[in-house]
Amino acid sequence: MAHTWEQILTEHKTTMLQIEDLHVSYGGIRAIKGISIDVGSREIVCLLGSNGAGKSTTVRAISGLETPQSGNILFAGKSIKGWAPHKIQRLGLVHVPEGRKIFANLTIRENLLMGAYHTRDKVVLRQLFERVYDTFPILASRSGQLGGTLSGGEQQMLAIARAIMSRPRLLIMDEPSLGLAPMIVANVFEIIKRIRDEGVTIFLIEQNVNVALKIADYAFLLENGVVSLEGPGYELIEDERVKQAYMGGGRSNN
Amino acid sequence: MTVPLDFSFAFQQLVYGLTLGCLYGLLAIGYSMVYGVLRLINFAHGDLLMVSAYFAFFGMVIFQIPWPVSFIGSVLFTAILGILIDRGAYRPIRKSPRINALITAIGVSFLLENLGLVLIGGRPKSFPLPALFEGSFVIGAVNVPALSIWTLLVTLVLLVVCAVVVKKTRIGMAMRALSRDMETVMLMGIDKDRVISFTFALGSAMAAAGGIMWCMKYPAVEPFMGVIPGLKAFVAAVLGGIGNITGAALGGLILGLIEVLFVAVEPDWSGYRDAVSFFLMIVILLTRPTGIMGERLPD
Repeated sequence: MAHTWEQILTEHKTTMLQIEDLHVSYGGIRAIKGISIDVGSREIVCLLGSNGAGKSTTVRAISGLETPQSGNILFAGKSIKGWAPHKIQRLGLVHVPEGRKIFANLTIRENLLMGAYHTRDKVVLRQLFERVYDTFPILASRSGQLGGTLSGGEQQMLAIARAIMSRPRLLIMDEPSLGLAPMIVANVFEIIKRIRDEGVTIFLIEQNVNVALKIADYAFLLENGVVSLEGPGYELIEDERVKQAYMGGGRSNN
Repeated sequence: MTVPLDFSFAFQQLVYGLTLGCLYGLLAIGYSMVYGVLRLINFAHGDLLMVSAYFAFFGMVIFQIPWPVSFIGSVLFTAILGILIDRGAYRPIRKSPRINALITAIGVSFLLENLGLVLIGGRPKSFPLPALFEGSFVIGAVNVPALSIWTLLVTLVLLVVCAVVVKKTRIGMAMRALSRDMETVMLMGIDKDRVISFTFALGSAMAAAGGIMWCMKYPAVEPFMGVIPGLKAFVAAVLGGIGNITGAALGGLILGLIEVLFVAVEPDWSGYRDAVSFFLMIVILLTRPTGIMGERLPD
């Protein structure tokens, strides 16, 4: 064996999420056909691909919303394949779904409380609120309003804030830039970077390739349910195959 | 116009109407709650009224337990039964199309009714009235039964409790969230089945409270006694805007008043009183399907 104990330990420590030969069917169609992805601890890892490539199915399988056919999903070294979504979330794997999914009939404060549903400690709760309101002052000033009254960009902020309230170790973000104005997109990505710097691992699903690859430490390109390309963000940004994958995919938004 | 409409007569009818309306309202709340969370018309809900009546009856008559204990026990057992119905019948088909759940609900309703028939028999049992609820107050020419006052009081208290639970508690917040987006609730680390169980328990407890008071008003306990009140409560829930709890209570009151006033104004047509409710439902579904307080659903 070439590995020393030290190497094994560091390797184990640095992998937050490990997907091994994952197969997932979605509505009777084989959407994911054996992908393997590693997400290093405290990194921003990006999953790219055109519409229908299987990005959302992949993350839905990770957070337990879809049941994989075969393969394995390890979170912090523990297999979570086939677990119920609420159990996976409580390990610290928090999924911000596509389309933000704010509870429109709950106030902003209540939306945030939903994120911290299992935090009973009043002191911890107050600290979380302080942290979130500090990062997103707009939410503090409108905490009593219904979530449905926010604009798209504000809803994205609330979705991220709600996820922070869950105290994540790994944050999965499905298309956070969808339907947002370029200036707000830049803002959102700035915040994502800041969350990573605070020690949270980010697994980012994006169509907005150029913006995403600028902040990604590592990226995977998904095509027709398989990983066709992977590498550090700065390498993929130059790669012709990435551009082609998007052009050929006949991209239509949503 | 066969009866003269003077003030005391109108007030008398108002008392009767409100009493009936409270009972419909208590039952309608459970319908609306479950619909709000699962988008399921739980047709077995009306039969919980019957089950709660039997629980209270057995407690008082067979086991000779004091009535307050019997009543509270009945409410608790009915709440547990509500949870069991969800676990046994609805949870296994949670991912199936909604029509499957609807048919299952009708099946559960038949099961409860026929189980009552087989286990207890079809002969109506007379429900004893505790002394506290006997008698009535006479105000001028108006006779207000003590039971009516108790019914109004209990309904009011339970409504407030219900509103506080839904609006102010953690689990109530989860219920409201679940009514809009089940998947995202799961992503918040919340076990949706626990929230659903709680919803069934709360709704069933309200139905039990209504059922016990129903029995004191119409003291004949039999296996099919929940059918008509159950259907009326469904009409009340639709009238108020199904999924909306305040609407359900309001719908119940309005329906009770309409029914009683219809009979008061045209006593000869009293046989049609049930028809009035169902006619009303058809009119609502045709003209304003979202009811009085219902919001338009995104889908």
